[in-house]
Order: sequence, then C-alpha cells, then structure tokens
Amino acid sequence: MAKVLLEMKNITKTFPGVKALDNVNLVVEEGEIHALVGENGAGKSTLMNVLSGIYPYGSYEGDIIYDGEVCKFNKIKDSEEKGIVIIHQELALIPYMSIGENMYLGNERGKSYSIDWNETYGEADKYLKMVGLSDSSRTLVKEIGTGKQQMVEIAKALAKHAKLLILDEPTSSLNEEDSRTLLDLLLKFKKEGLTSIIISHKLNEVSYVADKITVVRDGSTIETLDKKTTEISEDRIIKGMVGREITDRFPKRPNVKIGDVNLEVTDWVVHHPQYPERKVVDGVSMTVRKGEVVGIYGLMGAGRTELAMSIFGRSYGTGIEGTLKLDGKEVVLTKPKQAIEHKIAYVTEDRKGNGLILTNPIRVNTTLANLDAVSNKSVIDFNKEYQVAVEYKEKLRTKTPSVEQNVGNLSGGNQQKVLLAKWMFADPDILILDEPTRGIDVGAKYEIYCIINDLVAQGKSVIMISSELPETIGMSDRIYVMNEGKFVGELKQEDATQESIMACIMRQERGE
Amino acid sequence: MGNIKIADTLKKYTMPIVLVAVFIFFSWQTEGKILIPQNLDNLLFYNAYVFILAIGMLMCILTGGNIDLAVGSVVCFIGSIGGVIMDKKINIWVAVLAMIAIGILVGLWQGFWIAYINVPPFIATLAGMYAFRGLANVIMEGLTVTVSDESFLFTFGNGHIPDILGSGEQNITCFVAGIIAVIVYACIVFYNRYDSKKRGYDTAPIVGDIVKTVVIGAVIIFLSYKLSYYKGIPTFLIWILVVSLIYGYITKKTVIGRDLYALGGNKKAAGLSGVNVKKVLFFSYVNMGLLAAFAGILTVAMLKSAAPTYGEGYEMDAIGACFIGGASAYGGIGTVPGAIIGALLMGVIDQGLNLMGIDANYTPVVKGLVLLLAVIFDVVSKREKK
Repeated sequence: MAKVLLEMKNITKTFPGVKALDNVNLVVEEGEIHALVGENGAGKSTLMNVLSGIYPYGSYEGDIIYDGEVCKFNKIKDSEEKGIVIIHQELALIPYMSIGENMYLGNERGKSYSIDWNETYGEADKYLKMVGLSDSSRTLVKEIGTGKQQMVEIAKALAKHAKLLILDEPTSSLNEEDSRTLLDLLLKFKKEGLTSIIISHKLNEVSYVADKITVVRDGSTIETLDKKTTEISEDRIIKGMVGREITDRFPKRPNVKIGDVNLEVTDWVVHHPQYPERKVVDGVSMTVRKGEVVGIYGLMGAGRTELAMSIFGRSYGTGIEGTLKLDGKEVVLTKPKQAIEHKIAYVTEDRKGNGLILTNPIRVNTTLANLDAVSNKSVIDFNKEYQVAVEYKEKLRTKTPSVEQNVGNLSGGNQQKVLLAKWMFADPDILILDEPTRGIDVGAKYEIYCIINDLVAQGKSVIMISSELPETIGMSDRIYVMNEGKFVGELKQEDATQESIMACIMRQERGE
Repeated sequence: MGNIKIADTLKKYTMPIVLVAVFIFFSWQTEGKILIPQNLDNLLFYNAYVFILAIGMLMCILTGGNIDLAVGSVVCFIGSIGGVIMDKKINIWVAVLAMIAIGILVGLWQGFWIAYINVPPFIATLAGMYAFRGLANVIMEGLTVTVSDESFLFTFGNGHIPDILGSGEQNITCFVAGIIAVIVYACIVFYNRYDSKKRGYDTAPIVGDIVKTVVIGAVIIFLSYKLSYYKGIPTFLIWILVVSLIYGYITKKTVIGRDLYALGGNKKAAGLSGVNVKKVLFFSYVNMGLLAAFAGILTVAMLKSAAPTYGEGYEMDAIGACFIGGASAYGGIGTVPGAIIGALLMGVIDQGLNLMGIDANYTPVVKGLVLLLAVIFDVVSKREKK
C-alpha cells in the first residue's frame, strides 16, 4: 500500500446559518489521482478551500495531516510552501499580462525589490514545454485560447513545485479535445509521481482518469470508490451522488406531435467580425419543426454559438448571407430586438457574462427581455413584475428564499433556471439553448431537461447546442453535427450514437 | 510578416511618435522658439508637478482605474503648511520633512477608507478634494504667504547645478552628465542581454535593443546639449528624474509593482495568487499622498509662495497625462514612461500654443481634444486587435 500523503480528518466548517462541511474525511495516497464528485453545493470546493488555506486554520474544526504532520495553514502561501497548489474553476489568469508574468505572480523570481525577468521568462518557457505548449512565455495571456490557458495554469502550479495538485473543474470550459489533452497530461504527471485531486462534474472524465473517487453529498463524504477493488460505472457514481438510482438520466418525453417547419435557414454564411475574410459559418442550411428538439453538436470553436447568435438578430458576425424563413415567410432580422419580436429567443452559454445581471434580483432578471409585458406606457408595474417572477420561480422550481434574492447568490443550476425563465417569459416560439447544462450538476440537469420537454409539448421548437454527446443524443429528435463552420452530418435520434456522430466529424477532418 | 511587425511597433510607440510630431509642428510654427534652451527649461519647470503627480496617479489607476481627485487640494494643503512654517523662519528642512510627513498622513487617511472600509475611491477623494482645500484656507486664513528662502528655492525650484568642468558659454558639466547617462543606459540594456544569454534563456532580436538605445540616447544627448547652453542642469529636473527612475523601477522590477498590475488586471486572480489586495490598494493611495506632498513642495518653490488657490485642476492634469500615456481606465495597463510622455505632450501643447500667440482660452479646448483622441485611439486599436 502506498504512503498516505494527505489525510483530512473530521473536517467541519460552518458558515453563518449553514453547515457546509460535516465531519468530512478524505484520504489521498501519494501518486494517485483522486476524484471528488458531488452535486453543486455539496461542499467539494469548500473542502478544497479549507485544504489550501483560503479558509484559515481555526475557522474550521478537524485536522489536516499532510506528509505526516498536522498543518495549520493561515493563507494560500502557507499551503503552497508545502507543495499544495490549487487551480480554481474560473481561470485565475490576468489577460493583459504575459504568460511568464502570470506564472510567477505571487511567486516572483529574484528579490522582491528586484525581479529577475530573465529567469522568469527562461524558467517559464521550460515549464511550458513540460505541459506541451510551444508558445513563448512572453505572449500575453489574452492572445491564447482557453485550452492553452488551462495548460498555463498547470504550468504555473508546476512552477510552484507542486506535490499535490488540486484541480477544481479543470475542463468545464474546455472542449473534448482539449479536455482529453489535459487529462492525459495528468496521467503523465502521475507516472512522474505527482498526486492530484480533481473535482469534476463530467463523470466520463472522472472514470477515465481517477484511481479513487470520493463522493460528497450535503457536506459529508458518502463513500470512496477504489478502481482497483470495485467496478466504477457512471451509474454507480451517480447513485452515490444523488443518493438514489436515476434509472434514466434523460426524462421521457410524452408523445409530442411534430408539426410544420417553423424555422428554415438556407446557405447561411457568417464572417468573422474582425477578420472579415474568414468564414465562421459556411453555407449552413437547417430546418426546425414545431414541437421538435434539434440538437447541434460540435466541439468548441465549431461555429455553433456564432451560428445561433447570427440568427438571433445578427448579434454576431459581419457579412451575413443566406435566407431565414419563419413559418415559411422570409424575414431579415438585424437587431436582437427584432428577433425577440419575431419570437426567437437565444439563451446564452455564458450565463454569468452575457445572460444575467448578477447584482440584480431574480425579479428584475426575469422580466428583462420582455419589460413591455409588465409595464404600462413604459412605467413598470412592480406588483405585476413580482407576480411574474414568482410564477416562473414556481414553474421552474428555482431554489431561492425569495425572488428578491440577487442572482449572483444562486448556484449555477438555479441561475440557469432564472435565465430560462427570462426567455420563457419573452414567450418565444423558437428557443435556442446554448449549452443549457454547462457546469451544473446531475439533478439540476434533469430538471432542465424536463423544462425542455415541457416547452416542446406546448408546440414550441427548441434548438439545443451542446458539446456533450450523451446529452445531445438523449434529448434531440434530430441532430446536426457541426465542424469548422459547416454541418457535416444530420442524424435522426434512432441513428445517433457517439460513434456515428464522431464519425461525421472525422470524415470531414480527413477531407472526404 | 514584416509589415505586421512595423504596424505593431508603430502602434506600441504611437504616443512618443505623436509627441515628436507635435514638437516638430511647434518648432515650425514658432520658427524654432520652442527649441530655445530657455524655453525647454521652462517647459520642464512649469510642468514639474504634473510629472510627479502623474506618476502617483498612475499607481492608483493601475489598481483598477481608481483615481484620486484630491491631489490638487492636497498639493495646496501641503504647500500652505510649508508656507506657514517657512514664514516663521524655521529651518527649511523641518518644513520639508513636515510637508512629506503630512502628505503621507493624508495618504494613510484616504487609503484607509478606500482599501479597508471599501469607500469608492471617487467619493473618498472627492471628499478629500473639498476638505483639504478648506483646510488650506483655514491654515492660511485665506491669504498668500511669500517664500523667499534661497536654499529652498535653489533645491526645489529654479536652481541649476553650477559648471564645475568649465566656465565658457556652454555648461560642460551638463553635457557630460548627459553622455554619462547614455553610456550607463546602454550598459544596463546590453548587460541584461548578456546575462540572459549566459544563462541559456531565449532573447529578443538585438535590433530592438539597439534602436531603443539609439533613440533614447539621442533624446538625452539633445536635451543635455540644449540645456548646457542655458544655465545647465536644473535642480527640479533631477527631482523629476529621480522620481521617474524610482517608480519606473518599482513598476517594472518589484513585487509591489507586479501586484499593482495584477490587481487592476484581475482582482480575483490576484487574490487567489496570494496578492494582498487591500494592502496593495492602500499602498497606492499612501504613495499618492507622498507624491502629492512632493509636488506641493515643487509648486511652492516654483511659485515662490503658497496660497489657498494653488493646485486647482492639478488632479485633472495628472489623470489626463496617465490616459494620454496609454493607461487603461479599467486598470492593469499603463507605464511610467507613458505617463511622463503624456505629461510632456500636454506641456508641449500648452507652451507651443502660447509661443504661437494663440488666445490662451483655446488651450484647454485643444488639450481636451487631445485627451479624447488618445483614448479613442486606444479603444479603436484594441477593438481591431480582438
């Protein structure tokens, strides 16, 4: 049996009014990849914040035993000195600084009154090579993509001589290809003796990479599954997470009658707004029928969001060509406002950045896209607005004490519900949902799927953009596969499998 | 590829190029009057306070676009204290130390509310703008105090280092100092290159270093040559250089400098990287107090008096210089050389229009437009890049 590197014993952490962690125990052996899974708000991140000293010693009960000694961390630097490095879910890089500057931020080379830039950049380059990046460390972070940024985060951790690496949702903003690269990198470092703790919602990744899986639920550790002794299936993990068997991850849709063509796009071309010679969407044609869920599957950067936003009142791109027909009539929509008036809604993938006003209450967010409906000659009727917000809160089962709660205080799943409520209140016929379940847990996902089913049952059409294959297959009546700006395949639900979808993409990449 | 590089370089050095262009324009329009050594000396003299304040303001702006509206009033307040002390014939160094100490106290006061109590900087310093102006009035009872101490005026005002190497028409000391400065600068640049090579790290192409050294060297030599035909090295210029070098170094080579940029670039990320966010914000305002005090000293020496009306609008000069010099209104971007160039550009426009004999009422109009253009350029060039 390998040496125990970290033991967290009976950790209890209380916030005013809430017990976030209740007697949590976690044992991590040297050289293993240990996954921490659980629903949102289960306490995974809190636990890791305790470990890394963000919540200082004394603000929690219990002991952290690391490398044989009891640790009392007061700040992040203390834990980093011991080689415990945490990579947070939201990338903590500064866009207008170079990669090298970012990597050594808070850990500067040379003396504090004389930073050694030669060493900074020289060393940074070495670590970048280790994580497989060929970019110079003098490149500004804003000029590299999210996938590479995540690699920079890992290089940054390595530069701190990490012995125990904690990754909080490292792949939540990456596409499948980049995610795979990252996971393979972790496996490579594992061979070299690095221990990692990975927090993830993506169960396929967890079962791919982890040696052991600890399930956290409602602030307590439920069980630890060992790959060596037990067969770990995704269903097995889910059972631990939600405390019951979910027999079907995708709710059955009652027989919905699929009606006439509602939206038709032909030969749609969108050019990049900054590089107008580049086609981001290239000759796409599609139809959507009433009562139908149409999935658009593609990797990040395939042009899915760009396609959706360009349809939604040309909110993305320049030089847009092609025709858009709604109910058989050709329309030209040049502003989001017009698109909304034509009963199209686009629910963004970036709910925090583009979707919601986090510092405003649920009530305000709910009515934002359809203020006319709650106002009388441009004067808002607050009572009506309140009623509407409560109605949607109940309809979507948003968990919140009141609709006056600021959206920023809600969990990801509940934020997503508020975002959906906002667009449902705009009463569209066609909803474009862009990554509707990104970064939310299994339970909340299920509820979102139920909402989608309700929508189509009312005769509305849903276009669901997703980079998760199981979700696309499980939810869509029909699937368009998109790659490099083109539709490379159209599959009916009964023909769609992970293999058949990936085959469409591979065919195009090989140029067939 | 080559074209892109040239375009990038031009973009990066737009403001220095604009400064040179404006300078050439005024040389032509004033038939060379702006190039007369005495005018160059005056240009620096009457703008000394802007350089100092702009550098201090830059530190605040870097932390996230935070500005300090109180600096004009603080300059006046500090000046009034110094004026009153010197009026009582107490040793001038006591006065200078008192001014610096009170400047730091002002910084501590404002920094505390801003960094630790989370009062928005705009409001905290707006309050300071009223309060310190009022205090200056209270201290001076609304009157002007004349400052006539020779050694004070020499050290912080229009004093010049005497020529110890010659006694002719040209001040040899001044010229030699310029040449030495160029040599030292070149040595630093090339030592750094050598050090990087020696340790086996990649280095940037040597052409860049050479061009930079030649251009900066030429400017220093030109200035020292011109000034050597007036009275030599002015003492206020030494102060400006010392402050610029110190803060240039702090922003570029020290951890606190890094933290300033990190805070403005992404506050959350900075905090998670172990940067003490509050302390850094606090530092920037304490430092602003210190530099405002120093600018107060220079202002008193420049105007040979202290009065409750001094320093009006100084805060805007400093803020303008930073933004013209490429600082971002959201923080995290900006350099000390940029702020200095911004300050110089405003000064050159002021003096150039004056020498051309244009109605002084138009000067603020031109300055305002220049500020707007600089920011428009910044916004547009960034949009293209994205």
